[in-house]
Amino acid sequence: MTDPGGPQEASREHQAGGAGDQPVLEVSGLRKEFGDLVAVDGVSFTVRQARSLAIVGESGSGKTTIARMIVGLERPTAGTITACGRDRSSPARSARVRRRRGGEVQIVFQDPYTSLDPRQTAEATIDEVLRLHHSLPADRRRSRIAELAALVGLDERQTRALPRALSGGQRQRVAIARALAAEPRVLILDESVAALDVSIQAQVLNLLADIRDSTSVSYVLISHDLAVVRQLTDDAIVLHRGVVVEQGPTASVLDAPQHEYTKRLRASVPRPGWKPRRGALLGAGKEPVQP
Amino acid sequence: MGRWVGPGSREASTAPLLEVDGLTVRLRVEGAQRAVLRDVSLAVRPGEALGLVGESGSGKSMTARAIDRLLPRGAEVSGQIRFDGADVMTLAGAGLRGYRNGVAMIFQDPRAHVNPVRRIGDFMTEALRTNLDVPAGEAYRRAADMLGQVGIDDGERRLRQYPHELSGGMLQRVMIAAALLTEPKLLLADEPTTALDVTTQAEVMAILDDLRREFGLAMLFITHDLELAAAICDRTAVMYAGQIVEVRESALLHDDPLHPYTAALAAARPDIAQTAHRLAAIPGRPLSAFEAPEDECAFAPRCPHARDICREATPELIGLDGGLSRCARAADLRGRLRPELAEGGQSDD
Amino acid sequence: MSTAIPLVTVQAPRGGRAVGLLRGTGAAGIASAAVILAATVVAVVGPALAPFSPTLPNLALAFVGPTGAHLFGFDYEGRDVLSRLLAGAQSSMLGPLAVVIGALVIGTLLAVIAAWRRGMVDAVISSSLDILFAFPGILLAVLAAAVFGAGLPAASISLAIAYMPYVARVLRGAALKERSQPYVAALEVQGASATSICLRHIVPNVMPLIVAQATILFGYAMVDLAAISFLGLGVQPPAANWGVMISENQVGIPQGYPLPALAAGACIVAIVIAFNVLGERLFEQAQGAR
Repeated sequence: MTDPGGPQEASREHQAGGAGDQPVLEVSGLRKEFGDLVAVDGVSFTVRQARSLAIVGESGSGKTTIARMIVGLERPTAGTITACGRDRSSPARSARVRRRRGGEVQIVFQDPYTSLDPRQTAEATIDEVLRLHHSLPADRRRSRIAELAALVGLDERQTRALPRALSGGQRQRVAIARALAAEPRVLILDESVAALDVSIQAQVLNLLADIRDSTSVSYVLISHDLAVVRQLTDDAIVLHRGVVVEQGPTASVLDAPQHEYTKRLRASVPRPGWKPRRGALLGAGKEPVQP
Repeated sequence: MGRWVGPGSREASTAPLLEVDGLTVRLRVEGAQRAVLRDVSLAVRPGEALGLVGESGSGKSMTARAIDRLLPRGAEVSGQIRFDGADVMTLAGAGLRGYRNGVAMIFQDPRAHVNPVRRIGDFMTEALRTNLDVPAGEAYRRAADMLGQVGIDDGERRLRQYPHELSGGMLQRVMIAAALLTEPKLLLADEPTTALDVTTQAEVMAILDDLRREFGLAMLFITHDLELAAAICDRTAVMYAGQIVEVRESALLHDDPLHPYTAALAAARPDIAQTAHRLAAIPGRPLSAFEAPEDECAFAPRCPHARDICREATPELIGLDGGLSRCARAADLRGRLRPELAEGGQSDD
Repeated sequence: MSTAIPLVTVQAPRGGRAVGLLRGTGAAGIASAAVILAATVVAVVGPALAPFSPTLPNLALAFVGPTGAHLFGFDYEGRDVLSRLLAGAQSSMLGPLAVVIGALVIGTLLAVIAAWRRGMVDAVISSSLDILFAFPGILLAVLAAAVFGAGLPAASISLAIAYMPYVARVLRGAALKERSQPYVAALEVQGASATSICLRHIVPNVMPLIVAQATILFGYAMVDLAAISFLGLGVQPPAANWGVMISENQVGIPQGYPLPALAAGACIVAIVIAFNVLGERLFEQAQGAR
């Protein structure tokens, strides 16, 4: 199965320098119940160093719950999570442990308008994170802020601006810089480009690819957008109602889906020449009441 | 049953149902009157579906609101909007009510446009009962029937439910059904599926397409998704910085666009079938009408094909190959705007 | 990849955020702020401004009407009313200030703790506050006077305790909203401590609401303290205080000498209205800005 992106993908693995087998994030048998509702049921996957994983699903699939459990915002009902060789199956109790974990796995959220403190400039936001994770003198911090700003494509004026003076794409860049300030091994992108205009989305996707090339961070991309998934990830798992229905290399999952749900998902994506067809929605006529 | 059978799109008379003519809208933004729409002109024939595509600030939603007479107070409007020959802006009383029956709007977020403490049935039958004097029993019967048309079984039970008991996709289908009840001639759909899951979106789009053809309705379909518009619209118009920059047959728009912005938009989108080394991103960001320079092409600063001629004046909309393009170099660039497709390879940066 | 096109910049209000906030309150808001500013100045330097002694009685001049430099005449003990008003500004403004600060500090603390911890902690705090709501401020003040003796400190403390649930109730809602924003989650994931997030992010973001609350409460505190002093449980005569002045001069009203009592009353009313107007305008602004 020749993937036209083949040469690029192979070179990415080469850059990993043979350490591409090291898992940086392992999730096993993850389960989350909210009362009677089982949001996540027996999910397992592994993310290896310098490789990126997509978690594909629609609303109600449990994908955001998984992300929140990995970063410690939600407590799993069962299952284990291991990052950088250390267990993090339950949320940290102390700020010190949370800080250490923050240096391993970071997250960028979907909505650029609420993921930054409206009263903090980009500079101050990044500075706060730097002070949390590293003990650098002020001048070293300033140059690190400049480095990070350059890495995400923000100029000086934008770095000193408040969020309300920045566009959605620029705010996401600040959010990415803030996440990278902790120098994490894994960066979770929770629908981080979904709210952006198409042309801005392309810029940010290119940026993310550049960052991955220069820092060897692994992405866990949570998205319903299959084209974005194809562009940014090596492997993918498909979630439906909390259960993994399919997994494998992204190219295989998208080019030759095995599971009914994956096939339907693939067939629902608008593309040139696409015509929507009225088919039976899974469970149509028995639409669940919104939780 | 009250099904309205209108002319099919092929036998349609060529007199347009909806005509927007040189529409310019100014709003008070941060203390000054700024243009949000500049000289927008478009036409929708009876039974035809026109897509309106654009990014943030392009003016697509503002155009829909102008057509539906939902502009904010203090908006300065020049130009004309004509529906069935009548000037929309001067309608009042019975004429306005007739207009509201004739043009049905479907919004992006159904929950924001539905009263959460009233039942679905009340909401759906309101226009029928108040504007068209249909007796309540008959109105509810028609509503239940229409729910069946949009794929919601058990209509009578659904009519007694409240909005929070329905999922987003179902509620949007209810909105479509409600819109069709007044037997409109034109559907104004403003990003109706943006907030829905992609599988739900496909279903809702299919329903919209089916019903539109069955009832012979015209439609103005607003979206940011070029491929989505092409899926159910005969023609597609592209907006940038408050202006129409291209109008083209949907089948040709993606692979043979007439304006560099359309080409850039299509090329910036990742491809589900292959991984590109880098996406062809457009530098800069989309502008609103009031940010764009007034006496040159609004897209010129970001356009890879810009030349001196582009900065001399705002280009006019010129006809080309059955479509329209607001590019000063449209004739020169004809057929050359998507070279990467011709080569059959992946896009390189 | 960088933006080559300049953004439409959001202009920062000239003179900084405070001035911009004030401008947004309109003419009524600015007038109220002026009144409050004047009263504050008088409160600070009042006793020095008084042309005549505010406490030395001279019964020969009791209830004599306005003459010459004595703009409001004399009170029931023959003291110059104007001087007594100016001197009384201090305790009349200081008392409410203490109440407001006390209520705000404790109320904000409880609200933020409840919003941050949520769950059981929130339930316990909210229920306790609900119980406190049952006690009117004046009742608490009377109890405090009975236990600790009459005086401004006891009255102020009991009022602060009585007002605190109102502050906490309003701020808890706003703090909960901030707490559930993604940027707070991002900070938690980064490993910032709860204290740091609450103090450096949540409180500053609900600050406009706190300021609006403060101004509204000041007016209420002033009226309540005046009432308490009127009852003889607050500031004790012969100290100058507007509430005390109403109380001690009320005998003059049926006798046909209403001016001393009314003048003191008018001062209270003017300040309370000013604070109410300013507070409501600031509150509207805070709501509108979200």
